[in-house]
Amino acid sequence: MSKPKFAMYWAAACGGCEIAVLQIKEKILEVAENFDIVFWPVATDFKYKDVEAMADGEILLTLFNGAVRNSENEYMAHLLRQKSQVLVAFGACAAQGGIPGLANVSTAAEIKELVYIDNPSVQNPDRVFPVERFEVPEGELDLPHLYDTVRALDQVEDVDYYIPGCPPEGPQIWAVLETIIGILKNGGDLPPKGTVLGAGTKTCCDECSRVKKEKKITGFKKPWEVPWDPETCLLEQGIICMGPVTRDGCGGRCTSVGMPCRGCYGPPPGVTDQGAKMLSTLASIIDAESPEKIAEIAATVPDPLGTFYRFGLAKSMLRRAKV
Amino acid sequence: MAESTNGEPRIGVYVCDCGTNIAGKVDVPAVVEFAGSLPHVAVAREYKYMCSDPGQEIIQKDIKEMGIDRVVVAACSPTMHEPTFRKAVQSAGLNQFLFQMANIREHDSWVTEDPVEATEKAKHIIDAAVHRVVFQEPLEAIEVPMNSDVLVVGGGIAGIEAALKMADAGHTVHLVERDPSIGGHMAQFDKTFPTLDCSACILTPKMSAVGKHPNIKLHTYSEVTEVDGYVGNFKVKVNKKARYVDIDKCTGCMLCTEQCVVAKVPNEFNESLDNRRAAYIPFPQAVPLRATIDPERCLQLTRGKCKQTCVEACGPGAIDFEQKDELVELEVGAIIITTGYQTFDNERIARYGYGQLPDVISSLEFERISNASGPTGGEIVCKNGEKPRSVAILHCVGSRDENYNEYCSRVCCMYSLKFSHLIKEHLPETEVYQCYIDMRCFGKGYEEFYKRLMNEGVVFIRGRAAEVTAASKRQAETEGKLLVTVEDTLLGVVRHLPVDMVILSSALQAQPDAKEVAQLFGFGCSSAGFYIERHPKLEPVSTVTDGIFIAGCCQGPKDIPDTVAQAGAAAAGALALVDNRTVKIEPTISYIDPEKCSGCHICVGLCPHNAIVYDAELDAAQVIEAACKGCGVCVSACGSNVPVQRGFTDEQIFAEIEGALA
Ligand SMILES: Cc1cc2nc3c(=O)[nH]c(=O)nc-3n(C[C@H](O)[C@H](O)[C@H](O)COP(=O)(O)OP(=O)(O)OC[C@H]3O[C@@H](n4cnc5c(N)ncnc54)[C@H](O)[C@@H]3O)c2cc1C
Repeated sequence: MSKPKFAMYWAAACGGCEIAVLQIKEKILEVAENFDIVFWPVATDFKYKDVEAMADGEILLTLFNGAVRNSENEYMAHLLRQKSQVLVAFGACAAQGGIPGLANVSTAAEIKELVYIDNPSVQNPDRVFPVERFEVPEGELDLPHLYDTVRALDQVEDVDYYIPGCPPEGPQIWAVLETIIGILKNGGDLPPKGTVLGAGTKTCCDECSRVKKEKKITGFKKPWEVPWDPETCLLEQGIICMGPVTRDGCGGRCTSVGMPCRGCYGPPPGVTDQGAKMLSTLASIIDAESPEKIAEIAATVPDPLGTFYRFGLAKSMLRRAKV
Repeated sequence: MAESTNGEPRIGVYVCDCGTNIAGKVDVPAVVEFAGSLPHVAVAREYKYMCSDPGQEIIQKDIKEMGIDRVVVAACSPTMHEPTFRKAVQSAGLNQFLFQMANIREHDSWVTEDPVEATEKAKHIIDAAVHRVVFQEPLEAIEVPMNSDVLVVGGGIAGIEAALKMADAGHTVHLVERDPSIGGHMAQFDKTFPTLDCSACILTPKMSAVGKHPNIKLHTYSEVTEVDGYVGNFKVKVNKKARYVDIDKCTGCMLCTEQCVVAKVPNEFNESLDNRRAAYIPFPQAVPLRATIDPERCLQLTRGKCKQTCVEACGPGAIDFEQKDELVELEVGAIIITTGYQTFDNERIARYGYGQLPDVISSLEFERISNASGPTGGEIVCKNGEKPRSVAILHCVGSRDENYNEYCSRVCCMYSLKFSHLIKEHLPETEVYQCYIDMRCFGKGYEEFYKRLMNEGVVFIRGRAAEVTAASKRQAETEGKLLVTVEDTLLGVVRHLPVDMVILSSALQAQPDAKEVAQLFGFGCSSAGFYIERHPKLEPVSTVTDGIFIAGCCQGPKDIPDTVAQAGAAAAGALALVDNRTVKIEPTISYIDPEKCSGCHICVGLCPHNAIVYDAELDAAQVIEAACKGCGVCVSACGSNVPVQRGFTDEQIFAEIEGALA
């Protein structure tokens, strides 16, 4: 009997997810032993046409990382959906839009202008931009079309499971793969569709080792602005930590080394908009007597959009008025 | 009861005409037809008065015979009849929380002009309720022990009356009064209209009854600073201001007062017409009859330097300059607020000359100078000590005037008549003019009192006074007099009345801190600052907060008979609660699933009722059911939406929004 087929794809993402898979270390051999790796551009030399040639549903498991922000990403999302029995949104970008999702406050044209013209390290007096189609003697070259709006995978295609994280933690990835391998070998039911795998069901605070007390914030600070204190809850120190609105599963790694949670595991169960939830939570613990004082404290939040929606803007309730 | 067949909800929608209140604007049959077409609605009906017995019976019959398992009544505000319908539903065997009220009267028919729009709006409101009720769950009221003690805030006649009633019924009553003595405004009066009873004769016995009552704990010179809890179990913090006198040792002998070296403190009890000392007892009938040392005027307390003649004079050694404010914590089952009123600041109407012309005086000043124990020993005299030969009383100063207060202060006509009588009694030769807009003498015996005064030779001039000026020195016959300019609207002439004294019948206004007090106790006040009763006719002394009542002038201007009647009603309302052993509290409170809580502590410090504690063993926050008031703060603050407010779940609220927008 041939082995079940496995694919991994890298869409609009930094590549960290690809590396993260290797954090399962020697277990990768077990993956190779149990699966037939049929498509994994970063690791193996397969072409899109190989996937196109497959029968529908031929791939058992596809881990799709990265957001969907251009025509190529979108094409591959549809193609891999068609060819896979189980499509997993792998990592924060596929699951929530991730950091690329922050582009949703600009348009593609604005971004190109910034990159090719306004960038201080770029000299481009002739305003040369990449073009989507270009004739060369050998034929026509093309580049994917960049969209205005970055989307998470499930805003483009039907998704079976989510593995959150920027990137997902190695042990969590292995736990998911191990479960699937176990089910393949010994039978059993897959979790219900839509399940978030490789993560917990509470918040990051549950795993964080710091001591938590009642919180009253009189001003926000950046991590380097407070004296080193490995004990006290970072939020209580005035550092904006997304822990209370972020799903657990990472093991509280950032907070254990004094860095605030950035929210990469996405919202916990029951929360739809992580950023809005954080605003509601923070607003509740600001300690001020007057509206003026509240405004003063709120003004000390560094980069509100990037802080509260670092990973979640694409799937948040904040949308372009006209898409 | 007929069971629903497939587990699907079976909703009954009942649309009330409310006579013409709703049906006069909303096309009720169209709304009923619409409601009948909504998902899960098994029956939709119209009835003239849903709240009537036959109306309620329709619902009960449907529950029993048709297996209706969720009920929506589209009628008035839930503050009005939610309890009525909940009871009706419950007694038909359905859990009362499977009921939802759609307010198509206050939110719709009363406030929407166009009948077509009103009908559409009614449909949306009902749609929202139908969507919501699908997700409602049966809940059971929580029963907690009732504290049988009560608190009365404000020791005027209203507070005195309420306290005595409840103390006589065997309850421990805490009476908190801001001033050094109880008594309120009534203690300042000489006579009371319309019977002309001597105010002191009827008030003093009640005051001393309060002082002596074994069930009354009197906290004078004190204020409530914090209120927590809920009906049956209020926790109240009272700040007892330092009096610098040990009231257990003080005998009220007044020797400290006599010896006090600070003599020029305006005497507020006498409306600052004379002075008191820094060590003082406000008036001879004060309860408690104990000295107070004014911390703002006492030399020892302000400058740390004084001969301390008071200490020397005090036999029992009651004076204690080291005394500090003391915080007393009380637990009570019910609260009655009787904080009374203040009078209008006459200086705001500059053209009447108050504060500029010495013989233009306020009504309370007149009360004091006509009072036998007042600064003039009851002699009605001008500032120069002479008896006035003519007096004008100007009505509606600050009342019935859009620039100040639109409302009628209800007592000024009557006390103005009282003043006329007192002047005529003391000085029969003196002319008395009343400049009035309308005479409002509506109470029992009031019209008769007015008639009597007309026969006592008082001159009534119908017209609001325009101004009061000092008469010109050049005209010999009016020299030194005040000139009151008033249009006599009955004669159609402008008159200039030369008088020796002008009394301003100042409006009754809410206390300056009324808004803060209302906020502290959790009910509303009108823009004028008077506390809002739960229902203007049927619950005139209840507030929207269960277990908190209001009585007397803090609810609106009124005379003593009405004040006392309200005080009795409030006492009865409070007794009806605290005579029970237990109290049922709404189960619409918050619940935290320890399996889901991450123990981040965000909600713990936020709960305004201290109803959330951190359970270290569970590593989770937990709600103390009896203390939770269902305010929802924890629900919105929690980063992972763990607290669930029963009866207001996300599912229910989102469904309601969806229905409203459908
Ligand atoms: C000039 C004048 C003459 C009048 N003559 C008559 C008359 O002849 N006959 C008649 O029927 N009516 C008369 N009235 C009306 C009468 O004064 C009121 O009906 C009556 O005094 C109302 O009593 P009360 O207890 O509600 O308020 P108040 O007498 O104002 O008592 C309120 C008490 O509460 C205390 N208090 C206020 N705030 C607080 C707080 N936050 N904490 C603790 N304590 C607080 C105050 O110190 C005061 O002791 C007259 C009114 C005026 C202005």
